[in-house]
Amino acid sequence: MPEIYSKYPMVKYLRKEALPTALCPGCGGGTVLNAFANAVDQLKLDPRDLVVVSGIGCSAWIASPYFLADTLHTTHGRAIVFATGVKVGLPDKKVVVISGDGDLASIGGNHLLHAARRNIDITVILVNNFIYGMTGGQVAPTTPFGAKTTTTPYRNIEHPFQISETIAAAGASYVARWTTAHVYQLIESIKKALTVKGFSLVEVISQCPVQFGRRNRMKEPAEMLRWFLKNSVPLAKARKMKPEELEGKFVIGEFVNRQRPEFIEELNKLINEVQEQFGLKEV
Amino acid sequence: MIIRGDEPEQIRLLRKLYKPGNYFMQGNEAVAYGALFAGCRFYAGYPITPSSEIAETMARELPKLGGYYLQMEDEIGSIAAMIGASWTGFKVMTATAGPGFSLMQENLGYAVMTETPLVLVDVQRSGPSTGQATKGAQGDFFQARWGTHGDHPIVAVSPTSGQDAFWEIIRAFNIAERLRTPVVFLFDGVLAHTRELIKIPDVDEVEITYRKLPQNEEEAKLPFGDPHGDGVPPMPLFGHGYFTHVTGSTHKENGLRDVYTPEVHDRLVRRIHRKIEKNREVYEKYEEHFTDDAEILVVSWGVTARPALGAVLKAREAGIKAGLFVPKTVHPFPGERMRELGKRVRAILVPEMNLGQMILEVQRYVNDDVLLKGVNKIGGVPLTVEEILREIRGVA
Ligand SMILES: Cc1ncc(C[n+]2csc(CCOP(=O)(O)OP(=O)(O)O)c2C)c(N)n1
Ligand code: SF4
Repeated sequence: MPEIYSKYPMVKYLRKEALPTALCPGCGGGTVLNAFANAVDQLKLDPRDLVVVSGIGCSAWIASPYFLADTLHTTHGRAIVFATGVKVGLPDKKVVVISGDGDLASIGGNHLLHAARRNIDITVILVNNFIYGMTGGQVAPTTPFGAKTTTTPYRNIEHPFQISETIAAAGASYVARWTTAHVYQLIESIKKALTVKGFSLVEVISQCPVQFGRRNRMKEPAEMLRWFLKNSVPLAKARKMKPEELEGKFVIGEFVNRQRPEFIEELNKLINEVQEQFGLKEV
Repeated sequence: MIIRGDEPEQIRLLRKLYKPGNYFMQGNEAVAYGALFAGCRFYAGYPITPSSEIAETMARELPKLGGYYLQMEDEIGSIAAMIGASWTGFKVMTATAGPGFSLMQENLGYAVMTETPLVLVDVQRSGPSTGQATKGAQGDFFQARWGTHGDHPIVAVSPTSGQDAFWEIIRAFNIAERLRTPVVFLFDGVLAHTRELIKIPDVDEVEITYRKLPQNEEEAKLPFGDPHGDGVPPMPLFGHGYFTHVTGSTHKENGLRDVYTPEVHDRLVRRIHRKIEKNREVYEKYEEHFTDDAEILVVSWGVTARPALGAVLKAREAGIKAGLFVPKTVHPFPGERMRELGKRVRAILVPEMNLGQMILEVQRYVNDDVLLKGVNKIGGVPLTVEEILREIRGVA
């Protein structure tokens, strides 16, 4: 085992036989993994009480296989619906989905909306790197207007999906957005998301220097982080700004934090009622 | 107990809710009740004709048994949720028809690759595409076999009546659990909506099987190993602290992906094939009528096997030596038995509600000197006794 692993206190949460990770040096995925491990550590969660589900993409690898818990690496876009089945079976465990923006908001967009509407108690950490990293840097539904990608070689003429705003409107219990340059806020939000009862989404704006940065004059990871910091606007301030002023900015903060009836609880309540109604309860 | 549905409490509930006796019900309802007797306590689905009554019956009955009905946003979500639930120890089922079955194919392959027990009911309707949405057909014989990508085995069961469906769905669950594999249940729109007398048995008459669980830490650490030499790994369920990793990518015995080593892929995919090939006695099933001295053999499956039997009986009355062979598990095809029967007869007729699908399987096992002929009808109306009898007379 290389020395770096023994020096890193969070290594106890990782599946050592799967290391080193396949992520590129400087990838924001490492920050997300770090933040997640720290959140788990600070909450003193037993990893045996976690099930982590992911789809397909670089971001999907962050926790599956690297995080040492029960991990389910599913088909592209379907992590949330796999997680839905897991949560019904294991309502007392924390079921977490960690995956990319392409995975969760493009091919899996409908599942994301419906999980928020259903308000099922799952935590989703959505890594938004504006690009399809794993397949070689094609345009994503989150790619900024005007950006260059391998499939928008001239410029992107589509508008990026505002994921957090949409999912907050769809009915989630908790929604927050940070960037990988806001690590402490990110950890706090992941902790809240893990504790809140109901559907929670933490969107992380993350750097993909290799597939996105390189083609958009930010080859170095640090350049991308500076870009995040310079363009981040706290939610309270953003609410007072005009849409034109917000063009190209990253609105960060907590979008919602509220209590709504949760799906699994309602489902179990319903089963109880039905069993009582039909006189099926053991006396 | 870990596998849901086998607690003594469940036996008590089943007995209290469903008194043994004769009921008048649809084939779809028979499928749903069979699934409940088999221990299914998780259903995720999306409505589609002619399968919807299965969902409706499950939505009504599952909560009574403490089970879960989830109506998902689409068929992709349905099969995904089932797989997730299966890894927590539920016996799971969904029901759909052609278009929904197409949407489920990617994750059906995932279930094969991750060796996840589940039962997928396809109530076949007339296609391609939306076709005749409300009409029955037998057009998904090959969608069941080859619908998903890659090299994969599949087990598909097909019943011939509503009563048969009740027992065959239980058998489908038992195969899925025993071999840790998805099982396709090829039903059809005609039987699904036909109301007939269905006998509900006492719980004691129903034999049910549960998946093999790891017996120790060693076994739990190898969710895709083969410690018992039967090709079927014990399944370490989520939530037990085993830190199980499950992926649809090529993986080693410990579950970790390795997509670069040719031997790892070869070993995994061949074992998944082998566990199906080697365990033929778990799933192989067929019915025979008058095959001992038959000169003309009718080979038929599913809904069409009923008029086929009628035609064979009438042919016998007329002194024609006709016999009937009905594969009940249609994939893997009972090829050995087909080969033996093929050697003894002069002509083989294959009636189906399609333009000729199972006939291609039959063809693989019979010699050229046998006259082989399809009896095919499409348009949503089942074949009749007369139509099949006419063809038997034609080759007599
Ligand atoms: C059904 C299907 N379509 C396409 C792909 C190919 N594919 C693999 S990863 C990926 C995109 C991943 O993008 P994202 O979720 O943003 O993750 P990133 O790699 O950027 O972290 C695609 C399109 C696939 N695996 N399955
Ligand atoms: S391609 Fe981009 S997202 Fe994928 S590992 Fe490399 S830097 Fe990270």
